[in-house]
Amino acid sequence: MQRTLPSGDTVPAIALTGVYKTFSTASGELVRALESANLTVHTGEFITVVGASGCGKTTLLRLIAGLEQCSAGTIAINGAPLVGPSEQVGIVFQDPTLLPWRTVMQNVLLPVQVLKLDARRYGERAKALVETVGLKDFENKYPHELSGGMRQRVAIARALVHDPAMLLMDEPFGALDALTRDQMNLELLEIWSATRKTILLITHSITESVFLADRVIVMSPRPGRVVEEITIELPRPRTLEMINKEEFGKYVRRIRGLLGSGAHDHSGATP
Amino acid sequence: MTVQGDSASRSAVLVASRPARPSVWARLSGNFASAFFAALLIVYWEFHVRFFQVDALLLPPPSKVFASLWSGIVSGLFLEHFGITIYRALSGFLVAAFLGISLGALISQFKLIEKTVYPWVVALQTVPKIAIAPLILVWCGYGSLSKIVTATLVALFPVLVNTIIGLRTCEQGKLDLMRSLKAGRWLTFRIVQLPNALPFIFAGLSVAVVFSILGALVGEFVGSKDGIGFLILDANYQLNIPRVFALLILLATYGISCHLLLRFAHRKLVFWNEPNSVTSA
Repeated sequence: MQRTLPSGDTVPAIALTGVYKTFSTASGELVRALESANLTVHTGEFITVVGASGCGKTTLLRLIAGLEQCSAGTIAINGAPLVGPSEQVGIVFQDPTLLPWRTVMQNVLLPVQVLKLDARRYGERAKALVETVGLKDFENKYPHELSGGMRQRVAIARALVHDPAMLLMDEPFGALDALTRDQMNLELLEIWSATRKTILLITHSITESVFLADRVIVMSPRPGRVVEEITIELPRPRTLEMINKEEFGKYVRRIRGLLGSGAHDHSGATP
Repeated sequence: MTVQGDSASRSAVLVASRPARPSVWARLSGNFASAFFAALLIVYWEFHVRFFQVDALLLPPPSKVFASLWSGIVSGLFLEHFGITIYRALSGFLVAAFLGISLGALISQFKLIEKTVYPWVVALQTVPKIAIAPLILVWCGYGSLSKIVTATLVALFPVLVNTIIGLRTCEQGKLDLMRSLKAGRWLTFRIVQLPNALPFIFAGLSVAVVFSILGALVGEFVGSKDGIGFLILDANYQLNIPRVFALLILLATYGISCHLLLRFAHRKLVFWNEPNSVTSA
């Protein structure tokens, strides 16, 4: 996936330059959601974006996903300017957004159906993915028969089924309980290390952002602005014990300092 | 592409079960209680009419009603006219269901159609359809057609309005998902919006099936030489009140059967959502 320019520099997976986004509210008021956002994500990197509610994190993700258009600035995916949604991107939303009338397998196969991909080949892939996310015996269950964590697992498998180059995740574990969340974080890291997808994950949990990322993007609220990028130099594979280490704590304190009192930290890690 | 990991132990998560339906015993005892209540009421009715010597022209005792029902059925008279009315009501219902769902789909999908057609649909809905029945008789004649048209008109709106609401109340996340996969309008409609609207459409259909009987009857009241509506008027003129009651029982039985049948279909088709109690339209 990685492309190299004649100069020897690699083409970033995602590149945002001076991106602004302004919404008009129902009353005609203009709200600036994102201001002068610059961001470069390299292929295979795991990036987390952390910030308080309403800091434009979700707007950022929706822009990269091609679901919204930026008011100013440019977004490039693998060097090509973004024009709209792309099959190179898999998205995991805050809610699992599963179709309740479809089984786990049918839900996972949705992108295959919509993108009209080879059913047999991707059927095998879907099977393997369902197994990867730990739902082997649940292929024929319906979403209402699953727990919240399992539903989000289905959503992850669905986002990966058409083999996109990158995965965009919008607070995917925000609705889960602390213990399930820890578990899901570990599983996500496993999936990432096995597939080496570029992942951009949005979260409001500082601990989660540090635990997962190669780099944490810290955003300030209203108007949303990238305050700082912090490279996390914790060894991989990461384990839950690391959360209690002094080094981890340093990162967390630094990010909390940058965010002020706007963000809260409810990671699942028990001190 | 696979990640080595103990998928078996991971799947050992407790499966959230659906809220359980009441047990068979609880449901049976509930049914028994309501049946017992009805029986009690009928017995009291009979007793009251006999004891206080209520004029049979005002309120016939249940025994006379059932005798009239029996003789009407055995003679074949009721079934003949009942068949005609069911034909009219069901035809009206089917046309209304087809028109309501397809028109609702068009209105919800195309802004232009919504802007041009929907205001008139709403305006038409406020007109009491029963008031138009005499006009329809003039336009569509004395036969079955005028009754079917009346039934269609009365049954159309619950289906139409519910279809539109159902198609509109689609979660934005599901639409975003389809958009992120570059799905076209038709595919999004077929895969997401239509199944999503099914619970609403079924609620509309359950109302419509009852309304279609109403429409057919009104059509028959306005002018007909056959059908249950005709029989009711005829019996009323002859002051054959037990027969009027007997015909009402017949109609109620039909209405309840249709309703139960639809509820059954709803349960089977929309298995992810328990049927809502019928909403009035």
